[in-house]
This record gives sequence, structure tokens and C-alpha cells, in this order.
Amino acid sequence: MFDLERWEEIFDTIRKNKLRTFLTGLSVASGIFILVVLLGIGEGMRNGISQEFERDAANIIYVYTGVTSKEYKGLNPGRRIQMKNEDFDYTALKHQDDLEFRSSIFRIWNGIVNYGKESGSYRVEGVYPDYQFLENSGMIEGRFVNYKDHDNFEKVVVVGNKVRNDLFKDSKDPIGKYVQISGINFKVIGVYTDPGGEREESRVFMPISTAQRVFGGGNNIANMAFTLEPEDNFKAALAASNRFTADVENQLKETHTIAPDDESAVSINNSLENAKRFYDLMDMIKFFFWGVGICTIIAGVVGVSNIMLIIVKERTREIGIRKALGAEPLSIVGMVLHESIFVTAIAGFIGLIASLMLLEFVGPLIETQYIANPAVNFNVALTTVFILVIAGAIAGFFPAWRAARIKPIDALRDE
Amino acid sequence: MIEIRDLHKSYRMGSNSLHVLKGINFSVAEGELVSIMGSSGSGKSTLLNILGMLDEADLGSYTLDGVPIKNLNEKIAARYRNKFLGFIFQSFNLISYKNALDNVALPLYYQGIKRGERIEKAMAYLEKVGLADWAGHLPNELSGGQKQRVAIARALASDPKVLLADEPTGALDSKTSYEVMNLIQEINDEGRTILVVTHEPDIAAMTKRIVNLKDGKIIQDTKVNQVRALENV
Repeated sequence: MFDLERWEEIFDTIRKNKLRTFLTGLSVASGIFILVVLLGIGEGMRNGISQEFERDAANIIYVYTGVTSKEYKGLNPGRRIQMKNEDFDYTALKHQDDLEFRSSIFRIWNGIVNYGKESGSYRVEGVYPDYQFLENSGMIEGRFVNYKDHDNFEKVVVVGNKVRNDLFKDSKDPIGKYVQISGINFKVIGVYTDPGGEREESRVFMPISTAQRVFGGGNNIANMAFTLEPEDNFKAALAASNRFTADVENQLKETHTIAPDDESAVSINNSLENAKRFYDLMDMIKFFFWGVGICTIIAGVVGVSNIMLIIVKERTREIGIRKALGAEPLSIVGMVLHESIFVTAIAGFIGLIASLMLLEFVGPLIETQYIANPAVNFNVALTTVFILVIAGAIAGFFPAWRAARIKPIDALRDE
Repeated sequence: MIEIRDLHKSYRMGSNSLHVLKGINFSVAEGELVSIMGSSGSGKSTLLNILGMLDEADLGSYTLDGVPIKNLNEKIAARYRNKFLGFIFQSFNLISYKNALDNVALPLYYQGIKRGERIEKAMAYLEKVGLADWAGHLPNELSGGQKQRVAIARALASDPKVLLADEPTGALDSKTSYEVMNLIQEINDEGRTILVVTHEPDIAAMTKRIVNLKDGKIIQDTKVNQVRALENV
């Protein structure tokens, strides 16, 4: 391995057989390249789809109301159902042992937000402190609204990262500054980020008590959001959330005098139902890309083996000459393997680096909804290179060994 | 130098056995230039293969420079070939992607000689065969005669005890043949033992002794007055 003379001989052979070396290298490099890019795109799809689902907590249950579609107890269809604080308080109290996070939401329409000369239209919502966790939001600066703000009807807001970037173009430091919403001053206490991206980050939150009081909402609420305490397994979690959902639906229908079979008046969006589909999809994607990946490796191994067979066949006569000149069988095998391992390893790493660079530089430019940050586990990629190199070596070993065993006189007759 | 006693060799062809060598007794002293003649199928190539340790005899003994050649494994055979023997083939058998100099240096690589020394020695042998100016050329840029001279330089490079030439002029026209034979004679004049297998009487006449093979047996073994190749050129 560290025999300098052998290296010289190998380099000499490689230099004088550029086409052969190039073709071997090309097949290995392209195999690795395709595999890594493929795995990268697979990972990108996983990321992209995860992002779609990560906007909110995975097990969020969202309750909202609409218009009745059925006549019930003398009341006409077409009534708009308006949830009240009492609905939320009742549910929160009744299920207080089961609930992890809870919040009702009061929405302010036409939320024009000003700061200095800058202004923008954003979704402005009054929420409970728990809403941060329901939305899966993380704080970049400052804090979220808390129960003290809520109790004191504080005029404070938490803004999304995009809102901060839009309004606070110069200073980028909004904490403690005042923004105007419909002409009323609110103090900025925090900036949040959301895995759902810009759309989810272009919102402004304030305590729901403040929102209802300042914007004349009375005790109306637009929606309610809950998560349940985690269960041991997915099945139990799904069962618990379905139970909770049914109970809330019945409760609301009873309170607001809605027909039990009216499907448009109360809607409950149970994320766990979606999550199950999501996990199934993820498994499918993972399975598919691994399948394709393994097939690519097999194709690569077969390709490399083929090339090694041809190379050894092509060199049979040369091997005979070398043996007649005094080459020992082991040195023949060593020579063939040394060259093949060297070429496949170098080519493999070139393919690896090329594909990683492609993923690194082109990956972030991909702005399809379902592909995000295509990347590949470096260890997986490295392992693949080693598998191909070892496969090439094993594939090269047998023909080389056989060629080394051939009587030189037979090899020399080989035309 | 070479001692052969009662050498037998047969090849199995399916269910039949083909007895190629039927008891060869033969010895070559140091410095001899011997030609082995015979029609095809006479066993001359088989004999040369056994002498060259490319093949093994079934029966009989073979001693080369006092070393008994028997029970060889591949590794020892390779070492002996490298140390004792230089091969010259009808079809030259140069490695096509190596230039003349590297071809000549190859046996030295297998002797474990360092590159610098290898190149120096190889160059000296190329000079000896008159091809120093062609050192950097690949085999396909050389004429047939030049290729054979490179092959001779390569056979000499490891400084072997015996040169074995299998139809060395078989692929050459007569003028080039005589030039090559002249070179072989000159090398022999320096005291090197050389065996030439040929079926051409004029080539055989340029050696010092002719051994005639027929049906696996030596039928004639005579010393002859050497015809100098130079006179024919």
C-alpha cells in the first residue's frame, strides 16, 4: 500500500490509459452523484412536507363555527353561530385535566399596523398565552403575551418576524417601540418566528382581553384551539382527541341550539387525523427513496464489476507478459486491485463532492412548496462511496485472481 | 547450464492423452547458442515452455545452473523466471502503453530495483541494441525489427543465465531477421547461453548447434559451423 514503486507503476498505468480510467471513474462518479442527489431530493421532500405540517402543533384541535344549514327547534337555517368566552371557559374547565394548551382567538379585521411612515395590513389576533405553543412559534426577541397582560388588559403586541422586517426597516429593534393599530398605540414586547414561514410570520398577537375591549368585541371569539396532553402512543392519542372532539361538538350544538346532524354550523379540525396521513406519507417517501437508492447502488456495483471484468480481460496478455518477466501472482492481483480501488475511490469522492456542492448551492434556490433544504446525511453518502469502492475491489479481485493464476503461456497466446 | 533427463509430458484432451514429449535427454553448456528445430507438433514449443518454467513436466528432471527445477509454486517460478531467464517471443509481447524504455525496465521493477537505477540500466541495454534514440517511443511507433530489438533488450535487462527465443524472426522479413540474428549472435559472443526455437533452416544455420525434434524425441543433435548473420545482410 505504501510501496512508492508500486504507486509509481499505478500512476504510470493510469496516465497511459486515460480513457479506461476516465470511463471507470465516470461510472462510479455518476452513480454516487445520482444517488446523493436523489437522497437529497428525498430529504428535501420530507422537509418540505414537514414544513407544511409544522405550521402548528402536530396535535392541534381547531374549533370554528359557521352558518346553520338545518332548521332546529323552530329556528331557521342560515343563522350565523357566534362562539362566546363562556364556550371556551366551559370547555377549558371541563377538560382541564386532559388539556395541554388552550386558547380562544379573537380576530380583528382590517388590521392596519403603522410604525412611523411604514404600514402594512396584517392578521391581528387576540389570544391567550398558550397560543404560542399551539402555533409552534418560537421567540426571537422579547416574550409572548402572558396572563398578567391578559388580566390587566395591557396594550401590548407580539409581532411576527416578517412584520418586524417590514415595519422596522431601519432599526430592526422593535422591543419597547409603539405601533399603531387602527390609530391606537400598542407596545411591542416580542418578535416570534414560525416554522410555517412568512405567511405565518405576518401576524400580530395581543392579549384577547385587550383585543375584545379595545376593538369592541364584547365576549365574542372567532375560534378555539386546544392540544391534549400527550399519550403513550399514537393510537391512544388519536382515540383521546376523537373523544374530546365529539364532546366539544355536542356541547356547542347544545348550547347554541343546533341540530345534532348539522355539519356546517360547527367545524372541528383535528390535526391528528391529518398527522396520521402525514406520517404514512413520510414513511412512503422514505421507503421509496431508500428503494431507489438501494437499486442505484446495486446498479453501480454491477457497473463497476462489469468494468473491472473487462479491464482484467483486456489486460490478460499484459498479465502474461508481466508473469513471464517475473511478476508473482500476488503482485498482479495487487496491481489490478490497487489501481481499481484508487480510481473508484477518487471518482467516488469527486461524485460525492460534486453532488454535495449541487445540493449546497442549488438546493436553497429551489422554491417549490414541497421541497425544502434538500440535504443528505454525510455519513450515508460516505458509506455509499465505501460500498462502491469495496464492491469494485471485490468485483475486481476474482477476475484478477483468475488472471494471475493463468499460465503465462496461455495468457500470451490470448490475442 | 541446462541438464534435462528423461523428460516426459502429455496433455489430456478429453478422454485421449496426447504424449508430446517422450523422454528427452538434453544438456546445454554455458555460452552455447542452440537452435531447436522441428515441424509443428514435434514438441519444440512444449520443450521451450518447460525450459522457461511456463509449464511443468510430468516426469524427468530439469536442472538450471545447478538448481533443480521441480515442485515449483507460482511464486518461486516467478522468481526463477526473473532471475534465470529472458524471453524473446515471436509476437514481441511488448506492453503497448509503455514506451520502449519502460518496457525494458519492467523486469527490473520485479527485481525490486529503484526507479532511477532501473531507467539507467534499461537505457544502457537499449543503447546496446541500438535504439537509444527511440527510448520514448511506444511499441506501435516502432518497426517489427525495432520491436524485437526492444524485446531482446528487455530479455537482457534482468541479466539472465539463459535467453529463450521462441521463433524470434517468425514475424519479420528476411533482412530484418538477419539483423535480429546478428544481434543474438553478438550477445552470444559475449558468453550468454541462448536457445532459439525455429523452423527455418537458414536461421538454425546461424546457431552453433542444431537439435532436431520429431514426434517428441530428439532425432538429431549436431554441432554446426556457424553462419554469421552479418554476411547475409
